[in-house]
Amino acid sequence: MKKTVFAGFGGQGVLMMGYVFAVAAMRDGREVTYLPAYGAEMRGGTANCTVVVSDEEIFSPVASSPDFAVIMNKPSLLKYEGVMKEGGTILLNSNHVSRELTRDDLTAIRIPAVDIARKLGSERIINMIMLGAFVAHTNTTSLDSIMNGLSEIVKGKKAGIMKLNRKGLDEGAEYILKGDLR
Amino acid sequence: MDKKLLMRGSQVIGETAIRAGCRFYAGYPITPQNELPEFMSGAMADLEDGTFIQAESELAAINMVLGASMAGARAMTSSSSPGISLKQEGISFLAASELPAVIVNTMRGGPGLGNIAPSQGDYFQATRGGGHGDYRTIVLAPAHGQELADLTEKAFEYADRYRTPVMILADGMMGQMMEPVVLPDPINLAELPPKPWVLDGADGRPGRLIKSLILNTMEMEEHNWKLARKYEIISREIAAAETYMTEDARFVVIAYGTAARIAKGGIKRAREMGLKVGLLRPVTLYPFPERVIREMSRSVKDFLVFEMNTGQMLDDVKLSLEGRSTVHFYGRPGGVVSTPDEIAKVISSLYYRQHLEED
Repeated sequence: MKKTVFAGFGGQGVLMMGYVFAVAAMRDGREVTYLPAYGAEMRGGTANCTVVVSDEEIFSPVASSPDFAVIMNKPSLLKYEGVMKEGGTILLNSNHVSRELTRDDLTAIRIPAVDIARKLGSERIINMIMLGAFVAHTNTTSLDSIMNGLSEIVKGKKAGIMKLNRKGLDEGAEYILKGDLR
Repeated sequence: MDKKLLMRGSQVIGETAIRAGCRFYAGYPITPQNELPEFMSGAMADLEDGTFIQAESELAAINMVLGASMAGARAMTSSSSPGISLKQEGISFLAASELPAVIVNTMRGGPGLGNIAPSQGDYFQATRGGGHGDYRTIVLAPAHGQELADLTEKAFEYADRYRTPVMILADGMMGQMMEPVVLPDPINLAELPPKPWVLDGADGRPGRLIKSLILNTMEMEEHNWKLARKYEIISREIAAAETYMTEDARFVVIAYGTAARIAKGGIKRAREMGLKVGLLRPVTLYPFPERVIREMSRSVKDFLVFEMNTGQMLDDVKLSLEGRSTVHFYGRPGGVVSTPDEIAKVISSLYYRQHLEED
């Protein structure tokens, strides 16, 4: 059983990341729960969701000690670093979070998602870049499953937009696979 | 592609209600269940014969449901704890008038305005009638996404079969969470048993009357006994509970809803430590599955009731056991969601304190 937290500013596509990942894992035939943060939230505030993927029944959908975190902004790092499972991994959007980790049992993987997104021509796909990197690093699902999950969710979107998303996923994965983790 | 869908709990309830033939929804907004009326507003608009009303208040909503039910519709309303309190007068009227209706309570922390986090503080209110007078409400307690669908379908069936209001007791976490669900096929409304009591115009037939005002005391008493007999039949026919790892258990946790799924995780961990622990999860809270609990007391001398409140179902467990076994309690009120590890610790400390590891 693996628990992953996706966290960042509202508008960075954080909930979408978790949602797409959860649908992909479900279509892979695994048990899954998706729990969005639900509080008295406000526009511009932080957003997060927890996805649990398992081969057996999932008891708690809550991220009491996540194995992985995909962190898009600094407040989210402050919120989640302390609760991570021992030996866990944090994937960071390094354009927005430059801070060092304070725990030495955790692995930090930094992805310049905004730089990559600009290269691809749209900052709106930083979430797909991070998701591509996440999938490549964790092997919890495949990029194809993610794409299938995405088309299932955003039925009827233009082919061009889907292509851009695929590019984002591929570039994010590529960044990890090249081992270029500066 | 298989029929499994990843769906938000609120949406599962709404979509299943429509498939179960619900054609009338009235409600008033309150967090954390607004996704349900939001869904119903769209879904009802897509139907030729669907009606969605955002009422001016909770009181108006429940009475609109009462009216729609009188006219024969499968009708539903939903709210969260403080809003459910406001609906209680209408629920009492539904019970008295023997009208079917489905009421969803997505419980939040309380009392008062409380907060918007998942809680189980409304157990007493739900199972003891909630409103005034001598009546009960069928209360169904889903614990996961699939059961939100299964029990919503059942809720409409029970409401019609027994002509009584049925409450689905969910919580804020269930409403928000997405899980894989296989939805039931839509029913054919024309195939439902006829309702020979509805008020749909008396053209060509004698008039009918549905009311809850019965001034004659003897008549009122007879009506009270009639309702009581109905509740007895309901208790015999639909009480339900799930058991998990209870076959050889020396210690059994009793929990429902979200608390039960967390407890299951705790029990699995306790089993890994070699403790003989199981779970009994009431699926119906009214009627309470007292017979299964009483039977279990033959082999189990220690029960732990775990609730997300300060101890409410605890009373029903004690009443069921009639002193046959020891009942321990662990509660997390206020909207706190425990972890399976926490429950495993509570289980193991009680297990050893009661010397259950000895043969």
